[in-house]
Amino acid sequence: MRILGLDIGSRSVDAVWLEDGRIIDWAVADSGFDPGSAAALFVDRGAHDAIVSTGYGRHAARERFGGTAVTEITAYGVGASVLFPHASSVLDIGGQDTKVISLGPGGKVTDFEMNDKCAAGTGKFLEVMARALGFTLEEMAEQGIIAPTGVSISSMCTVFAESEVTGLVHRGEDRARIARGLHESIAKRTLSSLKRVNAQGPLVFAGGVAKNPAMVALIAEGFAGVVLVPEEAQTVGAFGAALSAVQGGPADGR
Amino acid sequence: MSDETVDYHPMWAELGLDLPTHDALLGAVGQLFGDAYLTQQNRPEGMGYLNFVMSEVHGLRIKELDDYRKSGGKVFGTFCLYVPEEIIRAAAGWCVGLCAGAEFAYDQVEQIMPRNTCSLIKSFMGFKLAKVCPYIESADLVIGETTCDCKKKAYELLGEMHNVFVMELPQMKRDVDMAMWRDEIRALMAKVEEVTGNTITAESLKAAIKEVNDKRRALQRIAATRAADPAPISGKDALLATQVAFYDDVPRFTQMMNALADELEARVAAGEGVAPKGAKRVLVTGTPMALPNWKLHDLIEKAGAVVVGEEMCTGSRYYQDLVSEDATTLDEMVSDIAEKYLDINCACFTPNQGRLEDVVRMAKALGADGVIDYSLQFCGLYEMESNAVEKAVRDAGFPVLKITTDYSMEDVGQLATRIEAFLEML
Repeated sequence: MRILGLDIGSRSVDAVWLEDGRIIDWAVADSGFDPGSAAALFVDRGAHDAIVSTGYGRHAARERFGGTAVTEITAYGVGASVLFPHASSVLDIGGQDTKVISLGPGGKVTDFEMNDKCAAGTGKFLEVMARALGFTLEEMAEQGIIAPTGVSISSMCTVFAESEVTGLVHRGEDRARIARGLHESIAKRTLSSLKRVNAQGPLVFAGGVAKNPAMVALIAEGFAGVVLVPEEAQTVGAFGAALSAVQGGPADGR
Repeated sequence: MSDETVDYHPMWAELGLDLPTHDALLGAVGQLFGDAYLTQQNRPEGMGYLNFVMSEVHGLRIKELDDYRKSGGKVFGTFCLYVPEEIIRAAAGWCVGLCAGAEFAYDQVEQIMPRNTCSLIKSFMGFKLAKVCPYIESADLVIGETTCDCKKKAYELLGEMHNVFVMELPQMKRDVDMAMWRDEIRALMAKVEEVTGNTITAESLKAAIKEVNDKRRALQRIAATRAADPAPISGKDALLATQVAFYDDVPRFTQMMNALADELEARVAAGEGVAPKGAKRVLVTGTPMALPNWKLHDLIEKAGAVVVGEEMCTGSRYYQDLVSEDATTLDEMVSDIAEKYLDINCACFTPNQGRLEDVVRMAKALGADGVIDYSLQFCGLYEMESNAVEKAVRDAGFPVLKITTDYSMEDVGQLATRIEAFLEML
């Protein structure tokens, strides 16, 4: 039985095809303005017997393609704990939200926290700031690693932080130091969130932002345990969603 | 939502409502009600009465108030549980809750109060400023209370537009506070007697105590059936019953709720429920949910769980305690009323250990799988107390999800994810 796990996020649609618990294929597409159609391309390959959707588009996907839906929290918990059986916690920084998850035995979610209705500390935040600094995301991360110290950024709100960054640039502040400061501010916020759910190591850092080396370095530096980054960090949600069907997990069948 | 055969527009115009805006509001509330309530499966038949009340919430009920006032009766508007309905009824006054619970005319509200004020206060002021609440326009007197700093100041603003009488509620529950609170109740008696022109007697107060207790007893019966698995009534419907309790005619409401309770008890005996047996059960605690605020219950129940209790002012705090019916003199009755009302465990008190005990006791008694702690954003009291609630609930072995939100719908996607993930975790 082949299961298609779909993670329909704000920035990307990730797909994983699973057979007998093993990944046989995976793919990633931009969500664009019509994530449903992006997902349809994967569904239309017809290489699956069942679909489990996750991500903010999970309900729309379930209605359009059938199958079941599961939240990103559960999907990331399941996915991360299968990739790393000793994982005790998960950090997922996606395009528009950040989740921290504490795992119990067997990868069961015991506590979680999610940012609420703003983009503070998410992939979107980094994108906006890179634009304000005239960097690509990759350049900003590189600069963030190179700079020995960061400028302190006090705003967490994406809009306010953008003004703050513009102000710093106009004052002639070094862009690399600003880049580092931005990464540090997200790391600080994320680390306190991890503390609130009492996250223990090893921590699996997944989601699109886990591909950012500056963020990974800063989280690893500030977290008390081991930090593990999956090879395909972006597809952990889709993988977990597909697995949740196999495990007869909490995927809801409505 | 008005009855198609009766045009209430002349009555609304006479009350000074802004008719086009009011029509738009009724349309929005009607749609909200349809989406949240009429889509539910296996509802008890007794809910038909509450559907009807909702369809006439600005119609027939306002007509009743209007007729009563035209015959010389007086109507009192309240915003809070601490205002004793018994006192008002003992002077032949009618007590109604006032409109709040939906985001309305915030642009006007924000001209007179800070943007970061809680939704409840912004909402009631919005309804007043936009002239769309027929209850406040029917109220001869609005009785406020000093339950939080923002409300205190809001009543000053409201006082510029309406007759307002404010009761001073103590913040602690010591003997001196009780003595002060008894005096406040006596001051309310004097005010109500002045407005109605009627004298409160031991007989009339005794009868009012009995009548309001009977309303609470009916709601207690409904609440008790929710301990059954499957739950015989949805959390949304039970919440609606409590919300309507603030507005409806007391003896009629009591009779209809007892009939609903009969039906629910029969459903429990027959093992019938609104959600399948084994559906996840959630206790909700926190700030009141004024009509038509059904946002959280709707999200929880559309995710497949059932809300089995509300430890809130639109919930157990409204009906769990009765006023003693043993007193024979007016003084004793005032003391009994003071005692019962000071016993309500609102976050405006310090300390407020009683609320933590209530939450844990209810979670156990109702067989909850988890607890959702709900705070309105900028409600400093409940947001602050949330930490103690979380700890008490966790220590008792229940998972807890903390939600801070407002009346807007902009965060429903995020909230749905958090609630569904919480349910998957249980």
